[in-house]
Amino acid sequence: METYSFLRQLADSWALLAMFAFFVGIVIWAFRPGSGKVHSDTANIPFRHENRPAPASGDDTPAAN
Amino acid sequence: MLNYLKLIVLGLIAIFSMIAINYARDVAYLIHAIIVLAVSAGMFLWVLRHTDEPAAPAPQNEYMDDVVRFGVIATAFWGVVGFLVGTFIATQLAFPALNFDWAQGYMNFGRLRPLHTSAVIFAFGGNALIATSFYVVQRTSAARLWGGNLAWFVFWGYQLVIVLAATGYVLGSTHAKEYAEPEWYVDWLLTIVWLAYLAVFVGTIVRRKEPHIYVANWFYLSFILTVAMLHVFNNLAIPVSIWGSKSVQVFSGVQDAMTQWWYGHNAVGFFLTAGFLGMMYYFVPKQAERPVFSYKLSIIHFWALIFIYIWAGPHHLHYTALPDWASTLGMVFSVVLWMPSWGGMINGLMTLSGAWDKLRTDPVIRMMVISVGFYGMSTFEGPMMSIRAVNSLSHYTDWTIGHVHSGALGWNGMITFGALYFLVPKLWNRERLYSLSMVSWHFWLATIGIVLYAASMWVTGIMEGLMWREVDANGFLVNSFADTVGAKFPMYVVRATGGLLYVAGALIMCYNLWMTVKRSPAVEASAATAHATPAE
Repeated sequence: METYSFLRQLADSWALLAMFAFFVGIVIWAFRPGSGKVHSDTANIPFRHENRPAPASGDDTPAAN
Repeated sequence: MLNYLKLIVLGLIAIFSMIAINYARDVAYLIHAIIVLAVSAGMFLWVLRHTDEPAAPAPQNEYMDDVVRFGVIATAFWGVVGFLVGTFIATQLAFPALNFDWAQGYMNFGRLRPLHTSAVIFAFGGNALIATSFYVVQRTSAARLWGGNLAWFVFWGYQLVIVLAATGYVLGSTHAKEYAEPEWYVDWLLTIVWLAYLAVFVGTIVRRKEPHIYVANWFYLSFILTVAMLHVFNNLAIPVSIWGSKSVQVFSGVQDAMTQWWYGHNAVGFFLTAGFLGMMYYFVPKQAERPVFSYKLSIIHFWALIFIYIWAGPHHLHYTALPDWASTLGMVFSVVLWMPSWGGMINGLMTLSGAWDKLRTDPVIRMMVISVGFYGMSTFEGPMMSIRAVNSLSHYTDWTIGHVHSGALGWNGMITFGALYFLVPKLWNRERLYSLSMVSWHFWLATIGIVLYAASMWVTGIMEGLMWREVDANGFLVNSFADTVGAKFPMYVVRATGGLLYVAGALIMCYNLWMTVKRSPAVEASAATAHATPAE
């Protein structure tokens, strides 16, 4: 089979399926149990460290301040 | 040691550009070689004079905001330039006498049009994206920018690309690829600058102190990565001579067309959408003082958008030599794209839930909200126009131009203005903006300008499309092309008026931001430290 037809058929069969499965996987991962806490912590990142970077490691308290 | 290396490189570039001036085959190349010589020789002297000074170590407990400040100024400057050129060429279309005889070949519509599109998309939008991404990635990673002065190289290198591109258009050096007009050496320079940008951005994310990468950074990163890929593939060209600006595309025919619109539509999708969504996901929550409505939705929004957008390009090539399956694919994915787009719009708007009263009191948030509203409107209009039957009416008409401008002026422009109003007081350590009523003036001037623009382009676009396809009882076309041009005159005047209002708003913004830096009271030291401890 010529390269064009091969790639063309691969694209609309297995490649399409693989990408769709990957996407569905992401959605399921986003809704996994326990994700809510992580997400609400992550969503609040813009409200921390407004004026200064976090102090250098050693003094690495968790993100809250 | 690094300085010696810099001197060698700058010296070589300066010598090469002197040789290039001597051998230049066309005027655009000549002027560009002179510009490069001036820049490299100037930098050579500057580095030379500072070579043996001990460099102060960068303070790791501070953000690198100088480059963001320069980016904010460049954004406002290029914005006004781009809007002015746009208004001028809109007026040229209404009054062709403005294609002055004495400026033929330099300032006629054909030469100025790419100057306008590149100035607003790449100079205004690009500087806004670089500046805000540097600001946002530092705050959301709680780390200083990686790479030291590399961020400065990104900023100044990008300005040089803009200047070379703009002078090239006026002097007639162009690939003739829409939105990718700059010739080969400008493309190469942009590739280097862009890879440096990627390195700074990824380096900062790697150094982050937060366990998670905030969603805005996902959008910014996808924008940087995808634009790098698109830019390289669409600009695969072989220079005719190393001493001239002309180059020849590697692809030809329909492959070239497909590559061009794969690039062109993803420039919309990743430059003007993903990058600016990064802005939305940071600045809307900040201005509304509440986290994004649904973080889960933002994750799904991101992945759905990047998975779908990349396929939408072929809808620019309906009824061409492109295979039917490809143009159907583009159309279907464009229609599906409606869903993630509106998911993102809802996420942005609903961030205000519980704080809707801010719309009355805070003109900056009003600006951001109308920008998200325009995003929703143009991402509905776009999929509709990508449907083959609709496209047969809309394509090649002014409807397309109206669609682009409701997205560009409404979504990209307004969210950028909102971000600038947010950033300037923060970056220059001011308590507040100089004048909120000026922000309101800007808001209304810009909004009315967009409405005039979009409405007149709908009318003239659909009229033009219908006139082109009108046939009489014997099957002959009723209208000549010149008939449609004549019929469009009133709408062109309305469009130019809309542009004028938009420019006026932007000028008011510049004055307001200038006075904010000059006159607004500084944040007091005690208040600043109180500010530094975040409220939970």
